[in-house]
Amino acid sequence: MAILRVKDVSKRFGGLKALTDVNLNVEENSVHAIIGPNGAGKSTLLNCLVGKLMPDTGSVLFDNNSVLGLEPFQINQMGISRVFQTPEIFGELTVMENMLIPIFAMRDGAFRMHAYETITNEKEVVEQAEAMLEEMNMADKREMHAASLSRGDKRRLEIGMCLSQNPRLLLLDEPTAGMARADTNNTIDLLKQIKDERDITIAIIEHDMHVVFSLAERITVLAQGTPLVEDIPENIRGNPKVREAYLGEAA
Amino acid sequence: MLGLNKKDTSLLIIVAILTLLAPFILNPFPEGSAMAQFNAGYPDLMQRFVIFGIFAIGFNILFGLTGYLSFGHAAFLGVGSYSAVWMFKLLSYNVIPAIALSVVVAGLFSLLIGFVSLRRSGIYFSILTLAFAQMSFALAYSVLSNPKFNLTNGETGLQVYADDPQILQGANAPDLPHLFGLPMRATYTMDVGAWSFDFNAGYYLCAVIMMAVFYLAIRIFRSPFGMMLRAVKSNQQRMNYTGLNSKPYTLAAFVISGMYAGLAGGLMAAMDPLAGAERMQWTASGEVVLMTILGGTGTLIGPVLGAGFIKYFENIFSKINDNVLHSWFAFLPDGLEDAVVFLIHPFIGKGWHLTLGILFMLVVIYLPGGLVEGGQRLLNRFKRRKTGTDDAPSGKTEPAE
Amino acid sequence: MDAILLQILNGLDKGSAYALIALGLTLIFGTLGVVNFAHGALFMIGAFCAVTLQKVMNLSFVTIDETQTDFLGNPLKVETPYVEAWFGPEVGASIIDWSVPLAILFAIPIMLLVGYVMERGLIKHFYKRPHADQILVTFGLAIVLQEIVKYFFGANPIQTPPPDALSGSVDLGTMIGFDPNAIIYPIWRLVYFGFAVAIIGAVFSFLQFTTFGMVVRAGMADRETVGLLGINIDRRFTIMFGIAAAVAGLAGVMYGPLNPPNYHMGMDFLVLSFVVVVVGGMGSLPGAVLAGFLLGILESFASTTWATTTIPGINQIIIYLVAIIVLLTRPRGLMGRKGVMED
Repeated sequence: MAILRVKDVSKRFGGLKALTDVNLNVEENSVHAIIGPNGAGKSTLLNCLVGKLMPDTGSVLFDNNSVLGLEPFQINQMGISRVFQTPEIFGELTVMENMLIPIFAMRDGAFRMHAYETITNEKEVVEQAEAMLEEMNMADKREMHAASLSRGDKRRLEIGMCLSQNPRLLLLDEPTAGMARADTNNTIDLLKQIKDERDITIAIIEHDMHVVFSLAERITVLAQGTPLVEDIPENIRGNPKVREAYLGEAA
Repeated sequence: MLGLNKKDTSLLIIVAILTLLAPFILNPFPEGSAMAQFNAGYPDLMQRFVIFGIFAIGFNILFGLTGYLSFGHAAFLGVGSYSAVWMFKLLSYNVIPAIALSVVVAGLFSLLIGFVSLRRSGIYFSILTLAFAQMSFALAYSVLSNPKFNLTNGETGLQVYADDPQILQGANAPDLPHLFGLPMRATYTMDVGAWSFDFNAGYYLCAVIMMAVFYLAIRIFRSPFGMMLRAVKSNQQRMNYTGLNSKPYTLAAFVISGMYAGLAGGLMAAMDPLAGAERMQWTASGEVVLMTILGGTGTLIGPVLGAGFIKYFENIFSKINDNVLHSWFAFLPDGLEDAVVFLIHPFIGKGWHLTLGILFMLVVIYLPGGLVEGGQRLLNRFKRRKTGTDDAPSGKTEPAE
Repeated sequence: MDAILLQILNGLDKGSAYALIALGLTLIFGTLGVVNFAHGALFMIGAFCAVTLQKVMNLSFVTIDETQTDFLGNPLKVETPYVEAWFGPEVGASIIDWSVPLAILFAIPIMLLVGYVMERGLIKHFYKRPHADQILVTFGLAIVLQEIVKYFFGANPIQTPPPDALSGSVDLGTMIGFDPNAIIYPIWRLVYFGFAVAIIGAVFSFLQFTTFGMVVRAGMADRETVGLLGINIDRRFTIMFGIAAAVAGLAGVMYGPLNPPNYHMGMDFLVLSFVVVVVGGMGSLPGAVLAGFLLGILESFASTTWATTTIPGINQIIIYLVAIIVLLTRPRGLMGRKGVMED
């Protein structure tokens, strides 16, 4: 069953057609990559999925509910978590606090005046956060300021924060952009592990072919604002149209 | 104790001891001695210490935690004062309803202003709050003092007149602000040898309230709510994508700090039943910014220290005149004495604002953590010297860019 | 009709001051990305340049005129300003008379220097700090500057009269076909307005027609690219800071005859100028000028008896009210550019 359905989505910026009739289905518990050359409309599509942009026409359904026009926090509450191109974490807070926030958000919703509680007394939340840090191998860094982490650790923390909310769909926007090879491989391993251990759907927008072919189960190729093909990785690799549109450009 | 961890409990206890013993601590010099003018233990000044402490603690909940710099908080202080005086005029001189109303009205007023101002962030927010406060000042000063609808009594300031209703004022109740009959001005003077210590009812009321709201601030800082406020400062994007709505959090912080300001304003009126528009002027808002930053933004004790520091110097520093300086430097040869006095002269007495401005700039430039950070650095250096290790990191906790 | 014109004219002098201060503010913001709360202090320093010059010009020596006696019969002491002794009584007297406009010459180098020292000594260390820190440190600087001025000149306003030839009023109405006495307008206000227009014109043409200005404008639009071209944009921005300081200072020099300068005039203007900048759109030079005049004129209309009887006190709050409405409906201000200060 498709968990995310993008139907006939079009978006124009003035005279520029950024997206034209995009149709896309992301199957539940799959890893789906969206690739394409620069300017193919990947970012625009992503922004339509997370409520940052309103498409001119078409619909985006998550689990049969429209996400269009919702605020980011509402989209998150539906079960979509987003990982950003440059890790978005709470730099001035400690690693532990970074992990506590999403868990409190899960428990208390978008807003609650829980000023009468004391963090350290909320044992359940603290335990969950500790478990998640353990899972991310970051327990030893819990008192560090998040801003002082290495790039790879920041990414790890961000993914951990997303996972702590048990999202049904994890959206990743070029998760390895600007990373050293070793950090890239670590991130790939982490994502593989997540895929194996959890009931989770992963949608990944990526430029790096190495990442895409190591992870994806299905690939959609966007070119000039419209899906060119959608298939399993093996077929994408050999597809001449894709070569022309994308790999040709890279060569 | 009281749901606080050990460190916070001891902080609270230290603050409690210091405020309760303030009449002793602030009057260390014997009466009539040359240093007696540095005694700050008189009721009027002690009251101001704690009242501005409350104001700054509240401001810090907004600025220190969420990072939203308001330049209009004096408006809430002023509104609090006006509400309290109105309570005196209409009900009675009992301070409890007056203070309660000032908190409520300031809360509502800050809800309104916060709701509008918080639609923008960064410098736009600062300017919006500034504009609102200046507007309130102008309204209070002129518009709301017209004969048909005299809410503020304009330039004269709002005060209680003999023909005011005061419907609940008992026949025997004191004719000035009191707490169930105990006048705020009641002062017991204790003479010990050459020393003299004043114990003032108004001061102790303010002190007890300050301890209560300080405790509240600690609880907020340590609560998930406080953590969310720091998240607002750190990264709103991540916050929103984590399923949190940052707007009501910021608004809540704004209203809480507005209520603190209203409380401070109400207490001011309770100590001296008069409310004037100048309390709302933006320079007054600037003062609480100075206090908070000077003491240490985002720290618990910083704003209280900053408020005490500024109020102390405002009142004491400004009393030093050239005669005092000459008596201090009398040991120097005449020419040198005059030179030293001449050099120091611009910074003291009426020039104390200059000293404050320079000090404030130095703190913003070199000591973003304020006096608290300065104290910590000194302590660290001292500790390091004691243990003889020089390789410890420089104690800086600033996040990387 | 003539009443409307009169109100527009009445708004011009304040509007000119707003526009000039806001122009400098937004120039500094657009080039250096710094929110300068000390800009009002620069305006004030300018005004005190005029005060200083006037005092210097009036420095006198005392001679005893034996030919005249005062009412006690003693020989009369006569104070003669040095300038009169040096240049002859007539030239000297007119130098003193014209000391405010002359102060322009004196103020330009001083303001450029003050601006340069301020930028190199303090502001440059704050480029990478958050805007809140910039506000705070320049706020501190503003306090320091005004306290220094207060120390030397005292707290009371100091009269700086315009030259005799430019004091008094003209009947503008008869010049443009209205009834006599319909529009009586002080000459110095006209001078101030003309002066402001000239300065604004000079700044805009400097930015528009010189290579230096072109680079600065390019740098305002896209600092990085200009930097990549190998142009030292920072140095140019420093010079722009000096120019912005000079503009504010000159606005202050000429403002003295309208309102006797005091040490806190800068702070009074600062708040309003910030409102002006925000209404005009942060970083937009035409926006600052437009909003400056617009708000000045609006304030003048709100001060009419008709307005103040309809809505009491409207003259006190109109600018803030407009600012709040503009900020909420057009977040970028009237002519703001996209992406400026939208953190």
